[in-house]
Amino acid sequence: MSPDAATDAATAPSIITAEGAGPHQTDVTIIGAGPCGLFAVFELGLLDLKCHLVDILDRPGGQCAELYPEKPIYDIPAVPVCTGQELTDRLMEQVAPFSPVFHLSQMAEKLEKLEDGTWRLTTDTGTVIDSKVIVIAAGGGSFVPKKPPIPGIDAYEGSSVFYAVRKMEQFRGKKLIVAGGGDSALDWVLNLQPLAESVTLVHRRDEFRAAPDSVNKMRALVAEKKMTLEIAQISGLEGENGQLTGVVFKDKERGEWSVPCDMLLPFYGLTMKLGPVAEFGLNLEQNLIPVDTEKFETSTSGIFAIGDINTYPGKLKLILSGFHEAALMSQAAVRIVHPDKKIRFQYTTSSTDLQQKLGVA
Amino acid sequence: MILNVTTPDGERHALEALEGWRVMEVIRDWGLPIVAECGGACSCATCHVYVDADWLDRLPPRSEEEEAKLDEAFDVRGTSRLSCQILMREELDGLHVTLAPMPR
Repeated sequence: MSPDAATDAATAPSIITAEGAGPHQTDVTIIGAGPCGLFAVFELGLLDLKCHLVDILDRPGGQCAELYPEKPIYDIPAVPVCTGQELTDRLMEQVAPFSPVFHLSQMAEKLEKLEDGTWRLTTDTGTVIDSKVIVIAAGGGSFVPKKPPIPGIDAYEGSSVFYAVRKMEQFRGKKLIVAGGGDSALDWVLNLQPLAESVTLVHRRDEFRAAPDSVNKMRALVAEKKMTLEIAQISGLEGENGQLTGVVFKDKERGEWSVPCDMLLPFYGLTMKLGPVAEFGLNLEQNLIPVDTEKFETSTSGIFAIGDINTYPGKLKLILSGFHEAALMSQAAVRIVHPDKKIRFQYTTSSTDLQQKLGVA
Repeated sequence: MILNVTTPDGERHALEALEGWRVMEVIRDWGLPIVAECGGACSCATCHVYVDADWLDRLPPRSEEEEAKLDEAFDVRGTSRLSCQILMREELDGLHVTLAPMPR
């Protein structure tokens, strides 16, 4: 985490995370904690619906937090300019009165309908959430590590090539090559160096985006000959039966050469993949979920889709469109959760009832 | 004006382009296979192209931000650019780029 990000986290509203695997009971389960998922918490909250959110990132904000936290956004109504992180922080402040529960660093994996009509969502870490309504606000899909387009790399994934570190012990005594120049690459170089037989960091240029402190520590290890830094790029892999024996580096001056290696850890940032949502049976069109424009409901009753992940005639992938979709979806969702309740439409400006929910009356 | 694009399968396409459009946007608008997932914010490195060497000196140099973002691309060469960072203009009529290998 960069020093900036640490500061942001300190000033952001506190996040309620779930304890235990559940089954958790709530009114609405939202897949995706980006701006649209967060604003859905607000609109649903005004209608007294409680929400749990699932997101693969370790913090709320979706693309705003991961892709462009520092970039300005100019097309949020009545907010002439704010950054992706500011938008996230303000939404978190706006939804705080409704105490949404977050399940972070998890991917929504399985969706099934129980006998009484309840939806049961299971994540890849085993969390179970039961609710009457599902809202898919998953944007461009789950953020997952970029897999380098190196020929034959698939054969080594999971045995010799790893895009994340789950158990450090598995790297003990191994010859490791770590690729990349950001915080993930540098953090794992520093963490794994003490237990690996050898560590080589390979990066395309002698400049690093990672936190300066990590870069200094890495350079100190190189100076002490406790690890190797290669300014080069990966051009091929050597090995057989899923076991790497070497990685081929190349650069303009030196050409190509091979470095012995047991395990390769590439860290080239994240990319978005639709993932298991594609298996939810929602009649996808080009990886998007078709919805109506009255309720933003999918082909399956009780499952809604809002934000970048849905499609309908005239769809624009704008945050403000997702906000609108969240409001209309909520009106339909409350009728599913409370079919017998008469729903009153109210304004926050004048309704004491809404103002009490927001904690301002 | 024309933007020439060679796709990974080796096919060359001559695309009609409009002044002021990002090269990435022209490629995407014509439906060629470019990921460009951040939509032009220099935030994802999935619009990586190789610019024909003849055209290199007619392009503004990489910004520091583009240089840093290229760290997340693969097989980066001297001719590598993020195509969202190049705007089409008169002098670039006929520009030729080749789509770089994309992450999976």
